[in-house]
Amino acid sequence: MGERPIPQSARLYKHEELEPPMNRIIASLAASTMLLSAGSAMAANHVVTAGDDAQERLQEALIVAEPGDEVILEDGVFVLTDGLSLDVDNVTVRGAGPDKTVLSFKEQQGAGEGLLVTSDNVVLRDFAVEDTRGDGIKSKGADQIVYYNIRVEWTGGPKETNGAYGVYPVESENVLVDSVTVIGASDAGIYVGQSRNIIVRNSVARFNVAGIEIENSFNADVYGNSAIRNTGGILVFDLPNLPQQGGHNVRLFDNIIAENDTPNFAPAGNIVASVPMGTGVMVMANHDVEIFDNVFNDNASSNIMIIGYRRAYEDVNYNPMVRNVRISDNAHGKAGYDPQFDGGAMLAQAFGGTLPPIVWDGVGGEAAGMASSDNVPVLSLGLETSDQPVEQAQPGLASLSGDATPVLPVIVLPEAMEAAIR
Amino acid sequence: MVRFRLLLSLLCAALLLGANPPSPGVHDDLIGGDTLPQSLSEYGFFLDRAATQPAPGVVPYRLNSPLFSDYAEKFRFAYVPQGKTVATDADGRLLFPVGSALIKSFGYRYEDQGMRLLETRVLLHRESGWVALPYVWNEDRSDAVLRRAGKRMDVNIVQPDGQAVAFSYAVPNQNQCKGCHALKGEITPIGPKLRNLDDGERLADWQQRGWFGDTVDAHEVMPDYADISEPVDYRARAYLDVNCGHCHNRAGPASNSGLYLTWEEADPVALGLYKRPVAAGRGSGGFEFAIEPGHPERSILINRMESTDPGVAMPELGRALVHGEGVDLIREWIAAMPGKAEAK
Repeated sequence: MGERPIPQSARLYKHEELEPPMNRIIASLAASTMLLSAGSAMAANHVVTAGDDAQERLQEALIVAEPGDEVILEDGVFVLTDGLSLDVDNVTVRGAGPDKTVLSFKEQQGAGEGLLVTSDNVVLRDFAVEDTRGDGIKSKGADQIVYYNIRVEWTGGPKETNGAYGVYPVESENVLVDSVTVIGASDAGIYVGQSRNIIVRNSVARFNVAGIEIENSFNADVYGNSAIRNTGGILVFDLPNLPQQGGHNVRLFDNIIAENDTPNFAPAGNIVASVPMGTGVMVMANHDVEIFDNVFNDNASSNIMIIGYRRAYEDVNYNPMVRNVRISDNAHGKAGYDPQFDGGAMLAQAFGGTLPPIVWDGVGGEAAGMASSDNVPVLSLGLETSDQPVEQAQPGLASLSGDATPVLPVIVLPEAMEAAIR
Repeated sequence: MVRFRLLLSLLCAALLLGANPPSPGVHDDLIGGDTLPQSLSEYGFFLDRAATQPAPGVVPYRLNSPLFSDYAEKFRFAYVPQGKTVATDADGRLLFPVGSALIKSFGYRYEDQGMRLLETRVLLHRESGWVALPYVWNEDRSDAVLRRAGKRMDVNIVQPDGQAVAFSYAVPNQNQCKGCHALKGEITPIGPKLRNLDDGERLADWQQRGWFGDTVDAHEVMPDYADISEPVDYRARAYLDVNCGHCHNRAGPASNSGLYLTWEEADPVALGLYKRPVAAGRGSGGFEFAIEPGHPERSILINRMESTDPGVAMPELGRALVHGEGVDLIREWIAAMPGKAEAK
């Protein structure tokens, strides 16, 4: 898609250059021409410039776009007053670059996010979204969604009043997040929820509560990312009472997960509000998670924390326990020197002032299938159940001597998705 | 017959080109066609320019419990093509035949100028599915014009509680229509369900018009949530159904939340009782549960109903003002729920 030449017949028009009636006539002439010569090669470009009435002009372009079309956002700051939405399949929204095309939502008066995508085979690339009141970019039930070279930022830095998620694909099959930067989300910078077949790579998450979060999702590869100076770097979570649960088959590799030292600024009630500052990776209530070839450094609570779901819930279909985590070949810098979770300081004292870089709640014992071949000690809290109070912990060093070799299959996305960003 | 219809539509086209006033009566070809009529008057739904007198076959109706839309008065009309019938599904949802249209106008009544319509939303049932189109009224009230990208308007009103407010009224864009009107990703009407239409007379009237078959399916009746003679539980569930249930259901735009607020929802956790938020962000207001029984002041539901801040406010679309009466009702309902001591 990305390399497709722009056909000669493409109707390149700028809305503001034409009076509305003339604009309409030309658009409908173009439309009838398109009908007469029908064919997928007739894709059109809808060029939108920043300036007056950016809201209506940009939203209109997102509505009139037809499958195969591109909506081109020119260089400039688009001042938007409402959420934008796209509901047409097979459309590319392309800016001039994440530092050149900026969609600013400082003046936003409505909607739960900056941009909402509800159609399939959409490519979002080369623009920035700033200061949304709620989430940055959400895609729901949008299969084969591509986020590429996007920046989502709350420009005032980490604040509780920032929106929850930066990029937020949910209930989708085939998700690609590549070369995305998210700064300042009050929940997770890059959040993938209730989805299947996911790649998050080459991306940067800074000053969010959670840098990257894979939640209630199946089959995800998270690699080549930097999760730096968040509260927690990368989270793999599963929550009860949701349409899709039982998160599993997640691989975290080749990531840099360091200096996650931003105090937790998530509004209470949200699950990430319970993530201790200084957490590198946190795995909760998932099974079959592989953590390998990552570089961890300077995470004050722990580099890798593996725990069950600790809150009360009513859901007979939910398993709060973590099973089958395989940890190998990670580099561990300093960690556990100032643990920010309940009882952490006392625990650290018992271990000579510093906790081991890998902490596991110990639930399930050997049957939980934990394996680590990393050359660092592992602390087990020795809990019997996921929701047992930490005060009742029976902490001790654990030997996770099972086979830690990664065995999960590589995630492969439809070729068109990869082609779209080449 | 086909030839006759062709002739008729040619005639209509000729009339339109000649810029003559549209011929009286509903233009079935525009409802079922694939064009996007630029003005409301083209359809012929109304006999007058002000859209108060419905054309023959265009039937005004009310809902027992309506959605709150910033205190706007709403005027609803249904049109079913001659000879066609309306089916119902297992949930009592009306399945209008292709060629049907639902029309809803929004406006405010002012002492000096009477009813001032702001917008008219049209749902057209075409072969390809439902199409939702927003029309915005001209200043001179002569017609409403298609605004697919929506529009914001400054509006001053006096609320029922006597308070004067100025706010930005938002006409939804075409996609936002689907933001509420989506079921399994397809546009669908959300208001017309047997339980919300049955006022004791209407269904019989529609049956007489031939819209229903010999019998109307058995159904519950949802009360008017403002009717204080009804039990609070009923009223609250009716309120949540019409204000939240169109998104918060298992096939709706908020399916991922796990919070389902429809009339028929039977699972207490899905209904929000002791249900923790998933993606609420600052919408949580620092509270733990969507509904904490006995404690409206600690329930996220109330927090989001009481907010007008985008990113917190629910519903996400179509509300700039707080519906005080609605908040009071839900507050009363939650306060009366027995809490469990060990929760938290």
